[in-house]
Amino acid sequence: MTADEAVARLASGMTLGIGGWGSRRKPMALVRALLRSDVTDLTVISYGGPDVGMLAAAGRIRKLVTAFVTLDSIPLEPHYRAARERGALDLMEIDEAMFLWGLQAAANRLPFLPVRAGIGSDVMRVNPGLRTVTSPYDDGETFVAMPALRMDAALVHLSRADRQGNGQYLGPDPYFDDLFCEAADTAYVSCERLVDTAELTKEAAPQTLLVKRHTVTGVVEAPNGAHFTSCAPDYGRDEALQKRYATTPWAQFAARFLAGDERAYRSAVRAAHEEEGT
Amino acid sequence: MTDTGTGTGSTKNTAPPPPLPSPPPPPTRAEYCVIACAEAWRNAGEILASPMGVIPSIGARLARRTFAPDLLLTDGEAMLVGPDGTVEGWLPYRQHLTLVAGGRRHVMMGASQIDRYGNQNISCVGDWNRPTRQLLGVRGASVNTLNNPTSYWVPRHSRRVFVECVDMVCGVGYDHAAEHPGTARYHRVPRVVSDLGVFDFATPDHSMRLASLHPGVTVDQVRDATGFEPAVPDEVPYTRDPTPGELALIREVIDPGNTRAREVPA
Repeated sequence: MTADEAVARLASGMTLGIGGWGSRRKPMALVRALLRSDVTDLTVISYGGPDVGMLAAAGRIRKLVTAFVTLDSIPLEPHYRAARERGALDLMEIDEAMFLWGLQAAANRLPFLPVRAGIGSDVMRVNPGLRTVTSPYDDGETFVAMPALRMDAALVHLSRADRQGNGQYLGPDPYFDDLFCEAADTAYVSCERLVDTAELTKEAAPQTLLVKRHTVTGVVEAPNGAHFTSCAPDYGRDEALQKRYATTPWAQFAARFLAGDERAYRSAVRAAHEEEGT
Repeated sequence: MTDTGTGTGSTKNTAPPPPLPSPPPPPTRAEYCVIACAEAWRNAGEILASPMGVIPSIGARLARRTFAPDLLLTDGEAMLVGPDGTVEGWLPYRQHLTLVAGGRRHVMMGASQIDRYGNQNISCVGDWNRPTRQLLGVRGASVNTLNNPTSYWVPRHSRRVFVECVDMVCGVGYDHAAEHPGTARYHRVPRVVSDLGVFDFATPDHSMRLASLHPGVTVDQVRDATGFEPAVPDEVPYTRDPTPGELALIREVIDPGNTRAREVPA
């Protein structure tokens, strides 16, 4: 399917998980399609990068669940920051490990999992709904009972996939993309290249097959689909374009780069690089 | 291999003798900071050193190359690498988080704010509900502090960073850890390194103590730049000098581009 067809399955008010990490292998083609749609009022669950920045700037996020939002080489995400400082969204701010165990709980159909994090910190103060659980064994230790992070839909971007939804990562880190798909009722996988199933393991080890087709609803071929975030080994982060994103007023950036489809996006990016000689 | 003696030997020496090498310039403040960070990992054993920031990274690599050869280091992404970059293992984020929980790690994080008990904030400045300055977010500060030793690096020591009370407790300090003795059984904040000195919590109530001054810094300078009264012993030692070998490693091998001077200017 196309990115627009995938996004047409989403609805306002949904809880949406977005894979990748910071400014790394984010499903940006799907996010751009989301920005072209009128889907809004979202609860977004993400180890946040420009996916969160763009959706927050466009006013699509009602509530964010995250441990951080960063552009990595630019530590603070300016559009997310502006949204927070004008009070534009609700936030469930949790620790990275709590986030992981929330995904694990959701993937394992458990209501919660215990984690030694959060206690003693203001994560407990800003999330008054969080509960603790005491070990039933002799140690009697108290943990956070991290609630499952179930989601209506997950969006992830991978290196390769087949038409059935078997997804492969060829970079060094799987991030948590398989868990996002397992934690979601529906999952949409975009990939750099759609290949025949047999081709997946022709040159790559079987453990690169991260996402299994039974957890996937739709596959989108999206070359450069993580741009301007990184998608190792196919490409690194486009630092010049990320810098432009971080330093341009949102409306101006959106009008120039996000008004059209992916083809228009790519030609706008090309023109920007020519302007800067990068 | 054996020297075959070809090419490089000369039988006649007509050139004048080279001038005696001038002594290396004395250590810079940044280099004292490198040493102070490296010392955090002394006697740490076979654990992961997780430095955040330029100078902690140089310090961890220096420790790995000298007095802490068993340390594990990452390439900043998912690979465990030796001092020359040789890949020796794989540590994607999910395994990294398991390693944190297992405790075999000493992380040195940044701190936008830190208070006298070592509570650290990297989330936001002001009221969390409507911050005046949104920062990174809590990241892994809370899981770090409850599971493995967590030190901090502050490149510009000021009253904006060293505050009486942090706006959002991300990394757990000693006062809050004491309220949860079971859950905080692995809590330890070994040191805080700033561009002015080294601090620890070796006081009866685990409040911050000045452990050493970098040469050229005075106690008054530290007091002026700190938003609370740190414990100051009668005799404050200076941060130790780098050895000539350490200086050469820092300058010629680990950081020949002098990126450390961009984090702490001379």
